Amino acid sequence: MDSPEFILKYLASATFAKGAGMTLAISVLSLAFGMLVGLVVALLQESRLAPLRGAAVGYLWLFRGTPVLFQLIFVFNVLPLVGLTFSGFTCAIIGLSLNEGAYMAEIMRSGIQAVGRGQRTAGRALGLKDWQVMRWIVLPQAVRIIIPPVGNQFIGMLKLSALVSVIAVEELLLIANQTASANFRYIEALTAAGIYYLAMTTVLMLLQAQVERWAKRRGRRPSVVKAVSLTQRLIGVTAGEARTR
Amino acid sequence: MSGPGKSDRLLVKVEALHKSYGDLQVLKNVNVEVPRGRSVVVIGPSGSGKSTLLRCLNLLEPIDSGIITFDGQDTAPLRKAAHALRREIGMVFQNFELFQHLSAIENIILAPMKVLGMSEEEARARARKLLEKVHIPEKADVFPDELSGGQQQRVAIARALAMSPKLMLYDEPTSALDPEMIKEVLDVMLELSQEGMTSVVVTHEMGFARRAAHHIVFMDGGEVVEDAATEQFFTGAVHPRTQRFLQQILR
Repeated sequence: MDSPEFILKYLASATFAKGAGMTLAISVLSLAFGMLVGLVVALLQESRLAPLRGAAVGYLWLFRGTPVLFQLIFVFNVLPLVGLTFSGFTCAIIGLSLNEGAYMAEIMRSGIQAVGRGQRTAGRALGLKDWQVMRWIVLPQAVRIIIPPVGNQFIGMLKLSALVSVIAVEELLLIANQTASANFRYIEALTAAGIYYLAMTTVLMLLQAQVERWAKRRGRRPSVVKAVSLTQRLIGVTAGEARTR
Repeated sequence: MSGPGKSDRLLVKVEALHKSYGDLQVLKNVNVEVPRGRSVVVIGPSGSGKSTLLRCLNLLEPIDSGIITFDGQDTAPLRKAAHALRREIGMVFQNFELFQHLSAIENIILAPMKVLGMSEEEARARARKLLEKVHIPEKADVFPDELSGGQQQRVAIARALAMSPKLMLYDEPTSALDPEMIKEVLDVMLELSQEGMTSVVVTHEMGFARRAAHHIVFMDGGEVVEDAATEQFFTGAVHPRTQRFLQQILR
């Protein structure tokens, strides 16, 4: 068999498809939980109570100040010592979500702060409670602002998820590596994995552009969300940034 | 407590109000009365504390000392649950502050539904009437960024009215508008005033003050310099600072 045939065989194989599915599942779940964690941390940062703000800062300090690879290995190896035993998959989600939360918090916070003070004042003046102002006025507007950077995080997460191969989660990279080590066809196995990664990130980028177009149509001033070229997308330029360049 | 007759006549009474931001005293011993069904216009140079006074009335700003009585009740104990008081006081802002993600009618029905627990159906029906009242019934489903400034401000007025407030506060409602749109907003405010809506208006529109105000308060440097019935104010304003300001603005 020639190389191209091997590549095609791998691309069509159930093992590789499963690996890609695992990569996607880990990315989606970690991003979702990461957004949740990020939102909580962002709201804590906005809190009037100093201890809550302190807790948020501590969290950011911890998870931004250590490598994500370290965090994954820590979760996988240390939690069982204190009686918390999870599967590699669960550990991957926990590690990536907690790490992602530390970055998502900043995105959420800038989204919340981009909604003008006057909007909150107007809500409060109508008799809405603080949490209602947040729920019905600030967050719906913040969501539209954070869509572009969150899209970038998603694409980043897809690539970051390859790290969890070190804690024996059978995602795309581990599958490729295992396959190759069985017959030493590294070029073919890794090429197949690379094609999968590229296909997934490309679809995500197209999806991102689509969602941004929706956000642009529905609300906020049109100038806020601007078209971003594919090249800009590849280097991680978000619509928010593109405007100021 | 003042006599029952007097507190009945007044919707708002501000006594000896003091407020500072750090070393800067923005309100010094301010006393203002707003009788029910009347419009009080507050004028004065920028930085004179007019807007701050307005924001103190619906408890958006904490105060250092003084008493603000609303509808016969001292507002000091209400500060912890200020949202309950604010539903009775409508406020209109210089920059409209319509919620950008909601259409005109959605802006109007939000607070009645979330604060008063009104059904969407009822809230929408009332909102449509209010949009007619501010002369833009056809703009119900339009988003703020597609409305002119004057239209936005009228939606903002309708939004405030939707809570059936006892008092309306207008904070320089026409200052951000192009000249040709000022009249459409002032007309709506004038109609409301003539219907007996109690209001406090911070504005530089002296024509409006002359026609709609029952009382005019002139502030300068955080103090109330002049407080007089409208007619008296324009004909016999006594304080030299007031006269100087009027000469500048009526020039």
